[in-house]
Amino acid sequence: MAGEIIRFIVDGVDVDAVPGQSILEACDVAGIYIPRLCYHPDLEPGGNCRLCTCNVNGRNIAACITPAAQGMRVENNTTSLTDDRRTIIEMLFVEGEHPCPYCVASGDCELQALGYRLKMAAPTQPYRWPRRKIDATHPDITLDHDRCILCSRCIRASRMEDGKTIFGFDGRGITMTLNVDAEGGLGDTQMKAIDKAAHVCPVACIVINRDSYRVPNGSRRFDKAPIGSDIEARRKP
Amino acid sequence: MTTDDEAAVETIVGEFASDRSRLLDIVEAVQHRFGFVSDTAVHAMAARLGIHAVEIEEMVSFYAFFDRQPHGHVRIRLSRTPISIMRGAEDVARAFETALGIGMGETSADGGFTLQWTSDIGMADQEPAALVNGRVLTRIAAADVPAIVAAFRDGHREGPQCMPNAVVRSSLVQAGPLLTGPFDPNDGLRAALTMTPDAVIAEIAASKLRGRGGAGFPTGTKWRLTRKSPGREHIVACNADEGEPGTFKDRVLLTEFSDLVFAGVTIAGYALGARQGLVYLRGEYAYLWEKLQAVLRSRRAHGLLGANICGHAGFDFDIRIQLGAGAYICGEESAMIESLEGKRGSPRDRPPYPTERGYLQQPTAVDNVETYMCASRSMAKGAAWFRGFGTVASTGTKLMCVSGDCARPGVYEVPFGITVNDLLDLAGGDGAAYVQVSGPSGQSVAPKDFGRRIAYEDLSTGGSTMVFGPQRDVLDIALQFAEFFVAESCGWCVPCRVGTTLLREGMEKIVAGRATLSDIAATETLAHTVVRMSRCGLGQSAPNPILTTMRSFPELYEARMQHTAFVPRVTLQEALADAVQAQGREPVAEAV
Repeated sequence: MAGEIIRFIVDGVDVDAVPGQSILEACDVAGIYIPRLCYHPDLEPGGNCRLCTCNVNGRNIAACITPAAQGMRVENNTTSLTDDRRTIIEMLFVEGEHPCPYCVASGDCELQALGYRLKMAAPTQPYRWPRRKIDATHPDITLDHDRCILCSRCIRASRMEDGKTIFGFDGRGITMTLNVDAEGGLGDTQMKAIDKAAHVCPVACIVINRDSYRVPNGSRRFDKAPIGSDIEARRKP
Repeated sequence: MTTDDEAAVETIVGEFASDRSRLLDIVEAVQHRFGFVSDTAVHAMAARLGIHAVEIEEMVSFYAFFDRQPHGHVRIRLSRTPISIMRGAEDVARAFETALGIGMGETSADGGFTLQWTSDIGMADQEPAALVNGRVLTRIAAADVPAIVAAFRDGHREGPQCMPNAVVRSSLVQAGPLLTGPFDPNDGLRAALTMTPDAVIAEIAASKLRGRGGAGFPTGTKWRLTRKSPGREHIVACNADEGEPGTFKDRVLLTEFSDLVFAGVTIAGYALGARQGLVYLRGEYAYLWEKLQAVLRSRRAHGLLGANICGHAGFDFDIRIQLGAGAYICGEESAMIESLEGKRGSPRDRPPYPTERGYLQQPTAVDNVETYMCASRSMAKGAAWFRGFGTVASTGTKLMCVSGDCARPGVYEVPFGITVNDLLDLAGGDGAAYVQVSGPSGQSVAPKDFGRRIAYEDLSTGGSTMVFGPQRDVLDIALQFAEFFVAESCGWCVPCRVGTTLLREGMEKIVAGRATLSDIAATETLAHTVVRMSRCGLGQSAPNPILTTMRSFPELYEARMQHTAFVPRVTLQEALADAVQAQGREPVAEAV
């Protein structure tokens, strides 16, 4: 693999990748932003949200789990894909409860930021109003299941990075929820606030207590620049 | 749970050599022993397997046939499909409710019975049907219900030996060239063993056999790719998870031609250089378990499985049957592999394909029951013979499962290329106003298209053919299919998990006659998004009942449409229901 360069085309732009890199990773390096939600650079990809779906050689596949290959023709920033991605964001907004104006994660939430970036005005689909319990059994961490988007980041982080397996899914389909490895709740697990799993949540499901307003509203990550700006700043003119 | 019970769980885990990849079997045994999977059992299994309880919980909670709470001693699962409903399943449900004094989804106070609906159980030709503690009851009439309840009330969990309705009828109405006997089911295997493995694959490729599950991937190519892939060992897997509503051909094959199917799996084992064959049998077909095990034992006794098969030195191969536990998605090959490994049946992202990394990361060829039957017969009679049936692109014959409004429901072996009309004539379904081809994930076909052909190049199908007469409500059937996908979505990816539910809600508004043109258009747009963005075949085909009925029956949608700009999703009455309840009075109507 040493030295071998894979070249492929994204929306007419040449992108180089090294063997083993996914389409999404190669595009990140090249400064091309592909919207994503369940992907996290420190974790194995999960392929849950499908937001990074691109049209590759005429077929829709998720960029986070698809290895870059020589000569691929990738469509990313198209009207059709943007519409589909906006619909997925809408689905998540109506599946859980996401009251941005008074949510602790506002301005730092990837779901909210993608709503803005993809120009979602208001959801057109009916809200499902789930009734899920808040898990406040842990002294340092609150688990607000209503916010959970089932992206599996915490599950992956806990298993691969922390070696703990604190989280898992429960049930299937629309009734699926996030589960913890103790009947008594998160407080009965080995979870620590310094765990990787406590710091990868894209929304306000896993919240570190007494820490949420260290940075005030209005001065947070996505209050300053749209999500993906950091990646696009790498783009060589 | 007592200490004895914990010991029993540990014994069960021990029987499977504390192998985590056998978790499905372990949990099945625990469920069978205790009637449910308690927290204590979960912890006992986790401790013994050296994994976390949450890993067991996520697997157990995935499957419809596993319970985390105790249920009734007798578990009645009544099949709910458009076919069962039109055959009177709702009357049967009411009869059970009356006889047991409980509603659907409830357990009787004495813990005797639990009554519930379940997705299609593979009995579309003899509905209404039910699973009662694993036993299959068919053609249930409301009048039969008191006797059924009495039989289980007096008997033990399995019920008495003889009982009303406990018959699964043979349904092979018409055999074609492949299934017309007499023939020795092992001729194909013996012929294969005279050739080299590469020659066997070449012969299968020459027959142009394609996968019979519906996707139609060339079998010879799949075997060649699998054989070529490097791995510790190569695996042959047989997909007997026929969960597509309206399909029951694998049930017939496994009942009447199991030797032929196992011989086909063994041929693949020889061609791939595999030592292990796995048959994934859907949980609904647990009643076939003993019979199939007896067939495998007999094959071992006759040297057709085991070491040096048919005297062929060095060809060692055996077959294990894995029982599923109620999940339609496990018919998807990568989900099936996950389930075979004792995990949730969530599909995998591809690449890598199972031919490269499948079961336990080893190269795996997954083929349908019918495909192995075809391989067996094709090897016996030769590729040229096999190619002599069907069309150029779709060689051989296809087992079609016809059910619904027709005089002779059942399985028909017909050459590829047959028209829908001809099939309807065979089955006595000439009055059909609508045919659902290939199940909910397939397409709806209107009479103007009954001249279309059953073939990969035209109407591709796994075999399910549901016939509906003019008295049926097409849109309501599409709604029932939409509900089926809500129940069976695995939940892994957003577009399918949430999209199937939103589509059902959209379809509910349409069927209720409350949808405007823009509502119908929005449902169609959403359906296309779910097709384009979902991770696997389930999500990608879940909108088909809606999209294809929109295409085939636009006039029915138009007839129910509200010709106004906007109709709220909720009626005023529904919106005020809570307030009316609280105040105990209806709102005062304003004078117009």
